[in-house]
Amino acid sequence: MSTGVLQQKPGAGGTLGRGPGEAAPGDGGGDGAPGIIGDTARFGLMAFLGTISMLFIGFTSAYLIRRTSLDWRPLRAPGILWLNTAVLLTSSVTLEAARRRLRGWDLRGVMSWVAATGALGVLFLVGQVVAWRALGAQGVFLATNPHSSFFYMLTGLHGLHLLGGLVWFLAVLVQVRRMAYVPGEDGLRLFATYWHFLAGLWLYLLFLLFVL
Amino acid sequence: MGRLQGLMFALATTVLVAGATFYFTKPWMPPLMSDRVAIDHSIFLSLVVTGIVFIGTNLTLAWFSYRYQDHEGAQAAYWHDNTRLEWTWTLVTAAIMVAFLIHALDLWAKIQSAAPPDAMVIEVTGQQFAWNVRYPGKDGLFGRTDVKLASQENPIGLDKSDPAANDDLMLLNQLYLAQDKPVRIRLRSMDVIHSFFLPNFRVKQDAVPGMTVDTWFVPKHSGDFDIACAEHCGLGHYRMRGQVHVVAQDQFETSLKAALE
Amino acid sequence: MAHAGEAHAAEAHAHAPQAFIWRYVFSKDHKVIGVQYYVTAMTMALVAGLLAMLIRVQLAWPDVDWGFVGRLLPMGFQGGAGQPFVMNPEFYSMLFTMHGTIMVFFVMSTAPVSGFGNLLIPLQIGARDMAFPFLNALSYWTFLPGCIVILSSFFVSAGAAAAGWTSYPPLSALQGAIPGSGMGQTLWIVGMVFFIASFTMGGLNFLTTILNMRTKGMSLMRMPLTMWSMMLVAILGLLAFPALVAGCLMLLFDRHFGTSFFLPAGLVLSSQPLLTPEGASLHQGGSPLLWQHLFWFLGHPEVYILMLPALGFTSDLISVFCRKPIFGYRTMVGAMGAIAFLSFIVWGHHMFISGMNPYLGMAFAVGTILIAVPSAVKTFNWLSTLYKSRIQFTTPMLWAMGVVSLFISGGLSGVWLAQAGPDIHLHDTMFVAAHFHLIMAGAALFGVFGATAMWFPKMFGRLMNEKLGKVHFWLTFVTYYGTFFPMHYIGLAGHMRRIYDPYQYPFLKHLQPINQFITVSAIILGSAQILFFVNFFWSAFKGKKASENPWNANGLEWTTPSPPPHGNWPGEIPEVHRWPYEYSPPGAARDHVMQHEPATEAVPGH
Repeated sequence: MSTGVLQQKPGAGGTLGRGPGEAAPGDGGGDGAPGIIGDTARFGLMAFLGTISMLFIGFTSAYLIRRTSLDWRPLRAPGILWLNTAVLLTSSVTLEAARRRLRGWDLRGVMSWVAATGALGVLFLVGQVVAWRALGAQGVFLATNPHSSFFYMLTGLHGLHLLGGLVWFLAVLVQVRRMAYVPGEDGLRLFATYWHFLAGLWLYLLFLLFVL
Repeated sequence: MGRLQGLMFALATTVLVAGATFYFTKPWMPPLMSDRVAIDHSIFLSLVVTGIVFIGTNLTLAWFSYRYQDHEGAQAAYWHDNTRLEWTWTLVTAAIMVAFLIHALDLWAKIQSAAPPDAMVIEVTGQQFAWNVRYPGKDGLFGRTDVKLASQENPIGLDKSDPAANDDLMLLNQLYLAQDKPVRIRLRSMDVIHSFFLPNFRVKQDAVPGMTVDTWFVPKHSGDFDIACAEHCGLGHYRMRGQVHVVAQDQFETSLKAALE
Repeated sequence: MAHAGEAHAAEAHAHAPQAFIWRYVFSKDHKVIGVQYYVTAMTMALVAGLLAMLIRVQLAWPDVDWGFVGRLLPMGFQGGAGQPFVMNPEFYSMLFTMHGTIMVFFVMSTAPVSGFGNLLIPLQIGARDMAFPFLNALSYWTFLPGCIVILSSFFVSAGAAAAGWTSYPPLSALQGAIPGSGMGQTLWIVGMVFFIASFTMGGLNFLTTILNMRTKGMSLMRMPLTMWSMMLVAILGLLAFPALVAGCLMLLFDRHFGTSFFLPAGLVLSSQPLLTPEGASLHQGGSPLLWQHLFWFLGHPEVYILMLPALGFTSDLISVFCRKPIFGYRTMVGAMGAIAFLSFIVWGHHMFISGMNPYLGMAFAVGTILIAVPSAVKTFNWLSTLYKSRIQFTTPMLWAMGVVSLFISGGLSGVWLAQAGPDIHLHDTMFVAAHFHLIMAGAALFGVFGATAMWFPKMFGRLMNEKLGKVHFWLTFVTYYGTFFPMHYIGLAGHMRRIYDPYQYPFLKHLQPINQFITVSAIILGSAQILFFVNFFWSAFKGKKASENPWNANGLEWTTPSPPPHGNWPGEIPEVHRWPYEYSPPGAARDHVMQHEPATEAVPGH
């Protein structure tokens, strides 16, 4: 495979090598390890998570500034949000269970736990919609007040990213069914990184919207 | 062909330097009519320092383009590091920049300082596409405004039921100032962002809806000058002009009264 | 190592018979994608350039009868039936809005970065392709719809966005504030979201590829400076664009869903207060300044995204055509890094007089003034590279020299603007327009032309015509200065930006001849670009055939055929033994030693 040889262990031989002016006799002194990061796909994902984080940092600064206005009316969190949180956190737990099964060669176990993760993810989104409707029933909509605007917008964006995660989940599910993941290895690692990130992001948003 | 290009580049660069320098010596800025002479001094200082750098680097560029062109038997020097040289020009540049910075921060602090307590306060409210000028009148108080009362005849929504509003004086696109008297402008906007620009006074401040921003200065010479809008505010942005009239202090009251008729 | 090379060579043969659509349309090959980006960006440049011509004619002769142009573009002009054609003021606003938007994002972020980044990165670092080829293709096919959406905004009934490329609310948020703030502004937002999604995908690819897929021996400090610039630009984009996404989303909500992120209470439009049916203020305590902060948090790194690749190209081009190593390679890397870092903490210098807290203004002035230091260092290093060198004034070299010239001119005026006090007089005047057109637009444009002249032979297997290239350069160089340098003077005189008819103001009347001079220069500048397009297309088919290394340069891209095959090297990827700047080393047989040449007694590694 063309990329295989280019993926080397991270840190092999000092990746920064020698700079100009530091010629060594014989072979110029540059090391042989091009790949600083090792796992290309994971690095790409981490960079993308950095971008998503910057998006929510942008919203955070907007939120903190907007909060100082006189027209700020704090919102009370609809009760179901705490249930949704538990559901989402549980889905991270089930996903970790699936990873452990995969590393431990228990392929049937992988299937069950992965399916559970997806189901909980869907349940979370349903719960979010329920939360929106609960607020709507109280007459609190997107434009009602600044806090509600941020609530709908941030939970909506998080939900959108989670929906993307569920699309990815479908691909993962198909792979699990086809037994495409190699037992004993950590094939679910990439998906788990994204999924746990979303859980962490959710906790942060809860904190920003209702605790801070 | 190669030698010609080098010569042309050197020539073009030299012409640029000559032309730029020549035209920068001309007096472009509108005649200064306020106390903000420090801004003009900063601009002049910037011109001199960056001008020296501009001339120096460009003439070097021109000379090198001509002098070091490739020719038969030429040899390039394998010289690509000189730490001391690099430190020198880095530190010199940094020192010059720090000097500019200190000077700039000092000037900014002065301009942004609070207006003197005896400054005349005038409110200017921008709208699409005019400047509403309001004087507080004898009581020195601005009357309440309420947007619900805003209309074509009452653009800023002055609430006549407020006693302080009775002696408020409104002008459209005309600003009367007294010579040598500090003036504090209270800047507001009804709709979009405008920018209150007095070219002769080195005054420019954005008028932002939802905010009241102060800026103060001292008009030093009498005469009539322009007010312009310096923030894109819609299709009438180009015609949002007004006039500043600076009159001697003893003529201020009469001039203002005459303007209101 | 050998096995993978052979394996891939075999793979390459297996790929060979592919349908046209997979090979040239929905290709995952970075070279095809790079060309797609480049051609699309240059097409958008034509559009944005035409918009600029219209702006310039209006500024020079506001009372001119537009004649057939008015007939051709009825959405922008009024007249006919015996009356002269006059440009609508709102159309003028659309012109400068869309000129700025298209040029900054769809041309000058795209051509140097997405275009040349894609073309060069795998070739210069020694990789078969980018890290994520499918994502790469997806990024282009997200970019193109963005272009279409943004161009389509001209054809909606109320016209394109007209609130400036900076889209400040409330002007951009209130649909009634200016005609373009109807559907046009919404399409602007949608187009921008497409663009940002595309650029983000590209950034992920660039960063991962450069960090992870360099060939054996290609340490970071042996990369060409072009590669450093691409890596920094990727980081800038990934970290900065999200702020604009956040802003765009909130603007969209303010426009269509009644929120008040940027809209304060008590707005009155056309003498009508904006109230709810119950009589309360329609909007609440939103802040127009919030948009400005978010926009410029992106906006400032963005201008460096435009400029850094040009700085990278310039270093590489100068070194090749001076037959001399770049002076101070490490410092050049450090300087670009410092510029990239500082670019994140200076955004408020666009907002000195916005009404924000003056202390904040002071804080921003600090970083802004200091950014002059790494910029100066780069200039001195270029000059030092020229010193005692052997300059060969090929077309690419002329463009690189042009970048240096524009960098000096445009950079120095930045020192004036960085000081908040002088900025009071100069903000929103043509002085600012001079500054950024010289340094940002100029450096980026000249960088693109230089890179084109340099790497065209590699991409198309043929050389561009040198004579035509030189004439194009001289016409462009002279008229570029002729267009933008005089703007310093009229800016000092107080000539504001974005003004449909400046001569309504008595204090600007005397500047009309200068505006006319600028317009004539601009028209010649625009017309001269025809030479480029002729050269480009003619040379692609009829140009003199190019060898593997027509410029006797050192980079890895010059070790493969012109054009490179799929997989970039027919055999193994070369190993690297030195930096790319080994020109005229003492004791060497030739005046350059390429990166992949083995280390010997005479020419040790570096």
